[in-house]
Amino acid sequence: MVEKQGFGTILMHAVLIIGIAIVCFPIYLTFVGSTLTHFEIIRPPMPLVPGPHFIDNYSEALTSGITAPVGRMLFNSFVMAMGIAIGKIAISILSAYAIVYFRFPFRMFAFWAIFMTLMLPVEVRIVPTYEVVASLGMLNSYTGLILPLIASATATFLFRQFFMTVPDELVEAARVDGAGPLRFFKDILLPLSVTNIAALFVILFIYGWNQFLWPLLITTRPEMNTIVMGLKQMMPTADDYGNWPVTMAAATLAVLPPVAVVIFMQRLFVKGLVETEK
Amino acid sequence: MACAGPASSGRPMEKRVTFDNRLLPYLLLTPQLVVTIVFFFWPAAQALYQSLLLPDPFGLGARFVWFSNFEYLFNDRYYLQSFVTTAVFTFFVTLVSMSVALLFAVMADQVIKGAGAYKTLLIWPYAVAPAVAGVMWLFMFQPSIGVIAFYMKAVGIDWNPVLDGGQAMTLVILAAAWKQISYNFLFFLAGLQAIPKSLIEAAAIDGAGKWHRFRTIIFPLLSPTTFFLLVVNIVYAFFETFGIIHTMTSGGPGQSTTILVYKVYSDGFVGQDLGSSAAQSVILMVVVGILTVIQFRFIERRVHY
Repeated sequence: MVEKQGFGTILMHAVLIIGIAIVCFPIYLTFVGSTLTHFEIIRPPMPLVPGPHFIDNYSEALTSGITAPVGRMLFNSFVMAMGIAIGKIAISILSAYAIVYFRFPFRMFAFWAIFMTLMLPVEVRIVPTYEVVASLGMLNSYTGLILPLIASATATFLFRQFFMTVPDELVEAARVDGAGPLRFFKDILLPLSVTNIAALFVILFIYGWNQFLWPLLITTRPEMNTIVMGLKQMMPTADDYGNWPVTMAAATLAVLPPVAVVIFMQRLFVKGLVETEK
Repeated sequence: MACAGPASSGRPMEKRVTFDNRLLPYLLLTPQLVVTIVFFFWPAAQALYQSLLLPDPFGLGARFVWFSNFEYLFNDRYYLQSFVTTAVFTFFVTLVSMSVALLFAVMADQVIKGAGAYKTLLIWPYAVAPAVAGVMWLFMFQPSIGVIAFYMKAVGIDWNPVLDGGQAMTLVILAAAWKQISYNFLFFLAGLQAIPKSLIEAAAIDGAGKWHRFRTIIFPLLSPTTFFLLVVNIVYAFFETFGIIHTMTSGGPGQSTTILVYKVYSDGFVGQDLGSSAAQSVILMVVVGILTVIQFRFIERRVHY
């Protein structure tokens, strides 16, 4: 560093530690709330250290919940997140391969058609998309949860960008050895793309897990709810005291999988975030 | 940083060596194109079409009315108010989350011990869904049970976001900004670490103090990152905060936190005013279009750095 480390460094550590405390406080408090009784919470101030009701609250949340068992909602979220992540990667890598490695009529047209989807987030075209999905009979189904969200220009561009950096000599060598396009894709391009696929998977899993508006609209049956939107349904309202500890247990469970992904796959997560820029 | 998209035309974007096959490329493209057409272009066309229709009160048919839905919207006090609300919300979310993130990033860039741990602890709120962030912040600030609300009232603040629009707005801004700090921090930190240390050392030898160095060297060199984050944060505040608004205030009290995206939803699904909702969708598509173009033009420029 430029200057002698001294009081300034201590100050910087202090700012960072206070900052982290503030940033983490909402999540900590949610966890504390999930270990108390309903009575302790509705008569403020609630205690700021965890109580002894961890097991009661979590087992109640997982097995019966409030609107539907949280275990079931976690499963739905998992299916949705995996479906979106795998689906997006699969269709994007194929279309990027077609656009980069082949010459055919309408190639640029296909490219622009995919590019346009960047401009249409689901929140913007929500009513007509709902009508389309309803008319296809996909309400309350995993297909309806996943399919409309798997078209993605971002993933296609990421793969296209990566394919452009793959040396042409590899294609030439493959052709000399008599490998066709499918063989080249399977044995050379796919293995080279593994890191990119993994980084993208981390980002897309979080994206899929955290969807809110879409499942809110198309899952009307509680057993099809995902955890993030189901949480809203569990929230105590003005005329209903609800059950705060169980709701907070559900909130903790809702953030656990994506947070674990970020912490344990931090390197891939950062790579994915920087490359997708989205 | 990956630069993607048609903005990069002009530089080599074509492979020299390709495969010859007539059918295969179409087969490879089919899945993505089918999904794109069915779930993007069809609904978008529907929105365009519906925005020109006025459904009759019984929902039996609709009349073609040209642009009167748009005319109506731009004369609607509530819709114009929603523009102002969105602007205020977006401005403060962007300002708060970017300045806090920049402060943390500057600190984390300078400490040597524990930088990795600080980074890990600051980035994980990224994984919290906006809707869950809303629930967590409501849990702290809900006037009847929230523990922070309790202490605020104890020191004499008249805290009631359920009735006070300004307080409700403050609350959703805080929750939305909080959720975005991680993202901004990560990009600011990467930007800071890319600045050559020799520049900063040279300035220090010339006697420039810390603040002076930050203002005249670090901040200008960081401007590409800052501009990029500005666009990303605006997009975030516009389109990705629906969950926060819906769980915390449902657009209320009154219309005080009804941002544009929330209004599309509430007019379309709650109010069942499909013509107006479709017209609002079309207006938002134009907004996204403009933001996307700005983003790509900017990325193109930055590649030359």
